[in-house]
Formats: sequence, structure tokens, C-alpha cells
Amino acid sequence: MRLGTKTDSFSLVFAALGGLVLLFIIAPLAGMVLRSSFSELSQTAADPEVRDSVWLTLWTSMAATAILAVAGIPLAYLLARKTFPLKELVTAVIDLPIVIPHSAAGIAILGIVSRGTLVGDAAEGIGLQFVGGPGGIIVAMAFVSVPFLINAARDGFAAVPERLEKAALSLGASPLGVFFTISAPLAWRSILSGLILMWARGLSEFGAVVVVAYHPIVTPVLIYERFGAFGLKYARPVSVVFIGVCLVFFIAMRLLARRQNHAAR
Amino acid sequence: MLHVEHLTKNLGDFAIQDVSFDVADGEYFVLLGASGVGKTVLVETLAGLIAPDAGQVRWDGADITHERIQKRRMGLVYQDQALFPHMTVFHNIAYGLRAPSRTAHRERVRSLAAGVGAGELLDRYPPTLSGGEAQRVALARALATEPRCLLLDEPISSLDMRARSEVRALLRGLHRKGHTIMHVTHDYEEAMALASRVGIMEHGTIVQTGTPEEIFHHPKSEFVARFVGIRNFFSGRLEGPARGADGLARFMTDGAAFAVLSDAQPGLGFVILRSEDVTLSKKRPAGSARNCFQGEVLDLAPARLGVEVIIDIGIELAALLTAQSVERLALECGTKVWASFKATAVRFIEE
Repeated sequence: MRLGTKTDSFSLVFAALGGLVLLFIIAPLAGMVLRSSFSELSQTAADPEVRDSVWLTLWTSMAATAILAVAGIPLAYLLARKTFPLKELVTAVIDLPIVIPHSAAGIAILGIVSRGTLVGDAAEGIGLQFVGGPGGIIVAMAFVSVPFLINAARDGFAAVPERLEKAALSLGASPLGVFFTISAPLAWRSILSGLILMWARGLSEFGAVVVVAYHPIVTPVLIYERFGAFGLKYARPVSVVFIGVCLVFFIAMRLLARRQNHAAR
Repeated sequence: MLHVEHLTKNLGDFAIQDVSFDVADGEYFVLLGASGVGKTVLVETLAGLIAPDAGQVRWDGADITHERIQKRRMGLVYQDQALFPHMTVFHNIAYGLRAPSRTAHRERVRSLAAGVGAGELLDRYPPTLSGGEAQRVALARALATEPRCLLLDEPISSLDMRARSEVRALLRGLHRKGHTIMHVTHDYEEAMALASRVGIMEHGTIVQTGTPEEIFHHPKSEFVARFVGIRNFFSGRLEGPARGADGLARFMTDGAAFAVLSDAQPGLGFVILRSEDVTLSKKRPAGSARNCFQGEVLDLAPARLGVEVIIDIGIELAALLTAQSVERLALECGTKVWASFKATAVRFIEE
């Protein structure tokens, strides 16, 4: 919205306040990057412990996103299209992971996947250990990040005109066919942005993961460990390297999403 | 033949109640009703998108009320066309098409597109089409499934004038080719222009069906009369012919009394009088018209054809004149004129 090109005091004050917020976000990050020397960063990037943890963090968060996408996207579709009893409650439940403290979420997850519980014992029976293993990390990441995917996908589906689906049905397509040929392609932008958000939220998770699995060590936990054991100077380069890796992935995915949207147009 | 019996569906804001009608093979049936009267609900119920609360839909005697949407073979076309925006015109038309081979498939899409004059549009995406083009594509897409009946929901209403007449011509052509068509609209001119039979819908139910001529000349109710554009209708009381010296019944309304040729029993009701049947003159007419009133011109409004003149004769009477007549009579607001019409032009309808 553009009310006029003339600069007035109103716009100036609001722009100044907005600038402060931007500075607030950029300054600490820029400071951290600028204070790390190149040799420090390359040394850190070559550190096997750092490499292992970055790799672990990336693949567990992607796995969490992929697994929950399979079940979460259909749920998002139901929430966007159907009315059913207790729908409000279901919507509220989906938002729960956002509002509860993540350390508490970790404790709750531990309660169902640790040894001696039904899920924990069953998993151990097939040789999968949640606590202290990648499985636990995936569960913790998925738990705290899945609302972002479901909410984005739900909004995306809701924005697809219902008439298009009805028209497709009357042209002989099955409901599943309509979902894959009409609803999902048209909601794809929102779904993809939900996937990216969920993944980003998962890989930056500390609280829930640290409770369920301190080891194998994910990068957010590694950063905290280096900070606790050696201090700020040693935690900083790991942070910078990790942020760098994440940024590369996000930008690549955004570009990919943009290209797909152009292709669809 | 499509046979609809006592169809009822209540969706809160929109409802249809006890709707019954037939559409014969090859017939062009237009259902005419105001916006929000439940026309779209009816169409979606026939298409199988909505399950009715009660009633039956049959095709050639077979009950298809609860038949799966995919098996009904009803070609649904929406007012906003509902083309798939992420697919080209080619793929839109091909969506419901089943063909034995790739070549046959491509040929079929081409011929369907050519059939509606959309042959040049195959590589375009729907957002780049004009309203008329989009409606052609939507028709081709529906025809691809070889429907036994086309269900058209306001297919012309959202188009501009030129596209309107093009799509109208296309629909007429489809009708001539033998397609069975059911078309719902709020525009009575559209109904008159296309229909072989018309149904009028009021408050979710059908109040009259007939040929366009029957509906227009013999509206069964005030609602139908108002709907098909009859401007003069007055409610009041009919009094028996005994009172009138001329053997005609008298209709008393608040402000005026008419001579009416009617064999109806005296009682409450209303009369309708088409504005075309009212004649205006400067002097008292000497002709056979039994109803003559002197009054003052209240308003002159250009109508689709001619000029509509409103005269105050104790009630407001509308007369439709040609522009030349208005000029010749030098009519303007405040002019005193005589309005006359025959007793046979006034139709009394019992309440």
C-alpha cells in the first residue's frame, strides 16, 4: 500500500522503528561472522566432530520432515476441507508443540520412547533405539516442528477453490486423483514453504533434542557444549559454519520453489 | 430423459424443496430463478456433488440419485468455468477424456477444441483467456466425457456482451446437434433466447414450467410475471360482472379501477398488464379500449427496446413506447396524457 510519495513524519518514525528491528536481528549475526577469522572457520569446517554433527543434523531434520509430511499433508487437507466433530480441538492440539517449552516436550517424548515403555520396547525389539540415537532425535525434531508444516499446508489447501475439485470429480476423477492432480499441485507453494519451515525449525531444535539424545550430538547441542566447556570463542565458529550451511540450503530450496512456480504458470 | 422427483436439500442458506421436473432427450431446459434461490445446489445435486435429503433423480427410468459422481455422466459447467489454472487448455480438455491411444487422445482433444472454436488456444493457460474463451474451453472439457446431459450453471451471466452472443450461439449449436441441456440462470432474456422449455424457481421450488411463450404470456403468479419483466401488476379485489354495466368484471385497486374480461370468481387477487399493451394519446381515444385514464407523466426511462413511460393515473402505470412516439406526443415529465388499454389485455390472477 502506498499512500503517497511525500515523506512525512509518520513514515519516518515507523521506518526508524522498523530499522531498529532489522538492526537488532542483523547486528549480532554480523558481529559473530565478522569476529571469526577465515582460518578459524576453515579449521572448524574441517573438524570431524563438527562435520559429523552438521551432517547428522541435516539428515535427521530432513527425515523428520519427510516422515511427517506423509501423514501431515493429508491431515492438513482434511482440516482445510472437511467439517468433523472436535475439529477446533484438533486444530488446537496441532498448535500445542509451538506453545509448550521444548525441554518439557523432550521430557514428554522421553516418557513414551524410553526403555520400559511400550513404544521403546517395541522399537528395541526391531533393533531401533530412540533414546540416545538418531531415531530419538528425529522424533524430537518432528514433534516440535510439525505444526509449521500442517498449518502452512492447510492454508494452502484452503486457498484452492473447492469448485475446481468439484469440477474434476464431475469429469470422472476419483477423490484421490483430484487430490494429486488438482489440490496438491495448486497448494504446492504453501506446502513447500511449510516443508522448508518445518525442516528449518527441526534442524535448529535444541531443547527437545538435548533431553532425548545428547549423543549422537546435533550441531545446536554441539554449539552449547563448546560454549559450556571452552567458552564463547570456541562456540562462535561452529555457529557461523552451521548458519552458513543452513543458509545455502534455504536459498537453494527457495530458488527451486520459485522455478517450479514459474513452470506452473 | 432426466427425471427429477420431489428433490429436497437443505443447506442452511441455500435450500431446494420438493423440486420436480423432466428434461427430455435433446431438450434445452432452462431453469430461471433469482440469485440465491438454490439453483447451484440443484445443479450440484444432479451432478452428484451433493446428496439430496429426499427425492429421486432418474435417467431413463434408472435411479441415479445415489450413483457415484464419476458414473453419472453429467457434464457440469460452472459460471466461473472452474478451469484448472495450472494446466494448459489442452490438458484441461483432456482431463476427463479416456481414449484408447495417445494419438486418438490428442486427436479427440483437437476436435473438441475445434468444435467450440478454441482450436487456437490449446497451449494457453486459463488465466490468460478471456471470459468467452474460458467458457468455450469449459464446455469442451465437459463434452470430453461424453455426458448424457450438460448441466450449465449461469454459463453466460459473467461474460461481456460480445462473448455472450458468441457463447449463446455455441449453446444453440450444441442443442441442434442433439445434446440434452439443462441450464440455470437468473436472466429471463437468456432463458427466452435459448430454452425449448423453461422452469421458474422461487424459494427453492419450481412454480411453473412451460414453453417460453406459455410462461411469458400466461404467468401463473405475480412472482413469475415480475420475473419475466411484466411491469404492471396491481393487487386488489375483483368484483363481479353484475356490477359493471358493460358485462365486464371490475378490478378495484388502491387508486384506480379497471374493466377486466375474466370468468374468475370475485375475490382478492392481482392483475397484470404488459406495458406494451398500454396506448398513450393526447386526446381521449375513441377506440374500443374499455380502460381510459387521464394522467400526468411521472418519468421517462430508456428501456432495452423503446422508452418506458410512467403515468400517474391514481396508480403508477408503465407504458412501453417507441422513441418516435414519445417525440410525436412531445412527452416529458408533467405532460397530461390519456392512457388506454383493452379489458382483454388485463389478466386477473386469483390469490
